[in-house]
Amino acid sequence: MPQPRVVLKNCDVIDPKRIDSYLENGGFKALAKARREMTPEQITGEIKDSGLRGRGGAGFPCGIKWEGARTASGDAKYVICNADEGEVGTFKDRYILEKDPFTLIEGILIAGHAIGAKQGYIYLRVEYHYLLDHLQNALNQVKQKGYLNGFSLEIREGAGAYICGEESALMDSIEGKRGEARYRPPFPTTSGLWGKPTIINNVETLMNIPPIIMNGADWFSQMGTERSKGTKVFSVSGDVDKPGVYEMVLGSPLRELVEELAMAKNIKLVQIGGATGRILPGDKLDTPLAFEAMLGAGAVTVYDQSRDVIDIIHRTMEFLVEESCGKCTPCRQGTEVMVEVLAKFHRSEGSLRELRNLEALSSAMMLSSLCGLGQAAPNAVMDSLQYFRDEYEKRVAK
Amino acid sequence: MAGKGVITPPRDRADLVERLKETQRRYGHVPEEAIAELAESLAIPVHEVYGVASFYSFLSLKPLGRNVIRVCKSLPCYLKSAEVIMKAVEKELGIVPGETTADGRFSFELINCIGLCDHAPAMLINHDAHVDLTPQKIKQILKSYE
Repeated sequence: MPQPRVVLKNCDVIDPKRIDSYLENGGFKALAKARREMTPEQITGEIKDSGLRGRGGAGFPCGIKWEGARTASGDAKYVICNADEGEVGTFKDRYILEKDPFTLIEGILIAGHAIGAKQGYIYLRVEYHYLLDHLQNALNQVKQKGYLNGFSLEIREGAGAYICGEESALMDSIEGKRGEARYRPPFPTTSGLWGKPTIINNVETLMNIPPIIMNGADWFSQMGTERSKGTKVFSVSGDVDKPGVYEMVLGSPLRELVEELAMAKNIKLVQIGGATGRILPGDKLDTPLAFEAMLGAGAVTVYDQSRDVIDIIHRTMEFLVEESCGKCTPCRQGTEVMVEVLAKFHRSEGSLRELRNLEALSSAMMLSSLCGLGQAAPNAVMDSLQYFRDEYEKRVAK
Repeated sequence: MAGKGVITPPRDRADLVERLKETQRRYGHVPEEAIAELAESLAIPVHEVYGVASFYSFLSLKPLGRNVIRVCKSLPCYLKSAEVIMKAVEKELGIVPGETTADGRFSFELINCIGLCDHAPAMLINHDAHVDLTPQKIKQILKSYE
């Protein structure tokens, strides 16, 4: 079944270096419509009705977030575009930024109009520094054409920290601090950047805004499942013949993505959502790709039958230990303990008692960690224990 | 260290990360003296500047080589034999991750996912992306950095 292109519709169609090429393909019509024909309330209403949910991993309803910031009182408000994708196996935003920076900027400007913000930031991960000039060039052209209309949009670059993809840590980073998660509430919509009402949206979320404004909420909500509307862009890598970026209607089966599009064979397991994501065994490929099943930010890493589950989970936890910001104890210490236990199993020196401890620790971390990193850190461990428990048991010290 | 460290006139607290990056661009790392100077010019405690400087992986408190190699060690690259690439760099330069060559030309580090998984194995040298690496390519690539 051919998949529609909503988010990627301009990729490899327009010349991302020339705004005229974007304008020839209908660029900035949505912004004009939003500014001239719609009130902020109508815009947030349209986004709410569309059912668009955040594409950065958490899946929070975008319209509700915008509504919260629109109705929040404050002299200054901010729009932040989260271009800090750091989840293991994610590269879709890099692809989007390379191929179509203009739609993103248009989405940010519509967001600004909708919540009454006059200032915005694109927070770009420093690992993508080679995209900075490209993005700045697009922004300069948008400015020259007069589309900013008094809105100040600035690119801020990170300095290397996975946790800064987490929204509250990202705001701390823009404020020039260590990127550490904040206690919530208050939520960013009422108290975000410098304590002002702020919306933070992933690159892909904002890419959906211009098409929704142009075509309407009904058009958008026809695509997908009951709780997952529209399309999703996936980053597929690992043991596949055709790694790359694929856009699919939400609810499509995982099998179509990994076997038909990415050409994977002999799948042992698929990791969906990167290090904090979920694990599915090869016999569950008919699972739909949707928020109600599993999705994350759309990182899909495929492992074939030659791979060792314990090795994969151990490496996943090593990543999380390094990237935990260290602010809260369950995450800082929990990931440390987990990696030690997993290392023992990796060396075939595990014990059944430690297996039970892993499960108890997982529950504690999920319940008590400050942000999504610590809460989701045990996912891969728990899923692998559910589907590949025998591999752990085989590694118990004799 | 008069004049060292502070490059632009102080604006505000939010510039700290950017100012540390400027410092690093200029000196190859963030020297202790620069931390003290930044703290003074931004009117914030030294430990706060140190805390930020030590938090981010692209900021370094110890001197680095003129070029910094960062080979990705995360799973998608690992599946595509990133370890062979690491060995090739080690062999070519005679240093292991965390070290700098005696002539100061290269530092070698390992890095978590850099979002080039569709072209794994991958690495960054300074800010340049190098993808679809093979041990043979490593030699050629390294030659192009002085």
